[in-house]
Amino acid sequence: MKKYKILEDVAIADIAIEAYGKNLDELFENSAYAIFEESADIKKISEKEKKTIKLSAKNAEDLLFDFLSEILFLKDTYSMIFKSSKIKIVKKNSNYSLHAELSGEKINTEKHELRNDIKAITLHMFKVEKTKAGYKALVVVDV
Amino acid sequence: MRPEPERPKEINEVSDFIWEIPKTHKKGMLVPARIYASKSLIEQMDNGVFDQVTNVACLPGIQKYSFCMPDGHWGYGFPIGGVAAFDPEENGIISPGGIGFDINCGMRLVTTNLTYDEVKPKLKELTDTLFKLVPAGVGCKGFVDVNRSQFIEIIENGSKWCIENGYGWKEDLERTEGHGKIDWADHTKVSDKALQRGINQLGTLGSGNHYLETQLVKAENIFDKETAKAFGIHSAGQIVIMVHCGSRGFGHQIGTDYLRKFEPVMKEYNIEIRDRELTCAPFNSNEGQDYYRAMACAANMAFSNRQVILHRIREGFQKVFNKDAEKMEMHLVYDVAHNIAKLEEHEVDGKKKKLIVHRKGSTRAFPPGHPELNTLFKKTGQPVIIGGSMETGSYLLVGTEGAMKQTWGSTAHGSGRTMSRARAKREVRGDKLQKDMEKKGIYVRSVSMAGLAEEAGIAYKNVDEVIDTVHKAGISKRVVKLIPIANVKG
Repeated sequence: MKKYKILEDVAIADIAIEAYGKNLDELFENSAYAIFEESADIKKISEKEKKTIKLSAKNAEDLLFDFLSEILFLKDTYSMIFKSSKIKIVKKNSNYSLHAELSGEKINTEKHELRNDIKAITLHMFKVEKTKAGYKALVVVDV
Repeated sequence: MRPEPERPKEINEVSDFIWEIPKTHKKGMLVPARIYASKSLIEQMDNGVFDQVTNVACLPGIQKYSFCMPDGHWGYGFPIGGVAAFDPEENGIISPGGIGFDINCGMRLVTTNLTYDEVKPKLKELTDTLFKLVPAGVGCKGFVDVNRSQFIEIIENGSKWCIENGYGWKEDLERTEGHGKIDWADHTKVSDKALQRGINQLGTLGSGNHYLETQLVKAENIFDKETAKAFGIHSAGQIVIMVHCGSRGFGHQIGTDYLRKFEPVMKEYNIEIRDRELTCAPFNSNEGQDYYRAMACAANMAFSNRQVILHRIREGFQKVFNKDAEKMEMHLVYDVAHNIAKLEEHEVDGKKKKLIVHRKGSTRAFPPGHPELNTLFKKTGQPVIIGGSMETGSYLLVGTEGAMKQTWGSTAHGSGRTMSRARAKREVRGDKLQKDMEKKGIYVRSVSMAGLAEEAGIAYKNVDEVIDTVHKAGISKRVVKLIPIANVKG
């Protein structure tokens, strides 16, 4: 399964990402992967440092929005870019909780090929939906 | 996947430069929408703009029209280029999506008395120096080290802090919108996360369309000699510097925080919206007031960011040309916000009202004599700085009475994208663009080659046409066109 694709000609000043996953864990991992790849060439990033994110929300959409926003918070606060993530989402009654471990390293302009400094995750057209193959998300990010 | 929005069936020509979409176009529209554009610009305008400008027309308390400027394009929530005023007395709202995450993203223009002939032999050295002095790109750290209590002082006092701490000249303050300080800023309305995210970023450009550009004044590009002179642009061959950046991660986090805070309370206030990014709260509610105060903190951070960058630019020039910045007459022309909401007095059907004016990708363009302007600009009107693409050129304009009468004292902010980032990247290679631009006499240093490709001139509308529209529509007056000769990018 393809991890994600960029939708051309949608919100043209920004980046529109359509991410896929056979379950929610994978959908979140692939959405995060799209953020990582739009921020830098991940081939040049080493997995030297780990950051943990713990969140909960009332639905999968809010959880995804908060999770992706948290990645941007870590990027600026710790000057970090990431290569991969491991995610576990548990649904209990009407509450979704997430445990994520991101791997990456501190930004080094000599070593890394940087791309876009994503400003924020927007709620414009934001969507998580169930498909035949699992899940699909549409995320427009402000750059 | 939602299909691309459709173009309205009815787009009425009000004049050569104004197009109106009537209230009947969409259920819930409280006012018509008006787009400022020439005939060819309205034809090029992407469909997202029509959808978004009419969505804004549905928001509570909106007055007269929902506007979009000629550089308008498909954004999130409001279109980029969107202008709307809401009356707090009529349950008027404030919306983070009507300001943008990059609160007080704005422009700064600086003069020199150096000529092209003096700068040309040292242009590479100068640009490389500025590239080193002003950090840019993903997650970059700023050059001003501050602790938490100093950062709080900065977000409440803006550029004033910078001047008091040696980052600039006293006169810079009177040449900044609102003296570079918004009084209603209150740090207790800002999350700890926003403070953590922003504290390291004072003195950074960022990426995307942010830049620091060295520009040239050409004889044929001075349209209004007298006003140009009043703003410090006196002769052909003169070199000026333009900066475009905002409040960085600090503002982005405040936007994100309040977007999530507003969502659950909208039901309480019976507000219905057509796009989740239009999330808002009544201006006179606790939530609305909290955001207004937090937004002001981000605006102060952005003024300060551009102020410390100006200080670095002066240092860079001093180093390369071995002369004092004062001797090089490196005066600030003006610093102006183009992503902000402010409570301003405007006339609505002959009645004076305090309105909360949202400008998202739109520049304030106050006319001569406006009470909010510093005495320096009482006679001329407010300088308006419009940044074009890095290949084509930018403009200095001046505010007019026409803007007050028509568009809540607002005009365009840039040349406006016409091609998506993904498409631009497919059509242009960053390294090739860099070489081609150098052949044309524009030296570029960029942290990201992919980012450079996304900002290629072909991805933008024709800036001359955008300026022609605002000039002829009377919402600002053309003063000087500025041609890029070197560019530092994130």
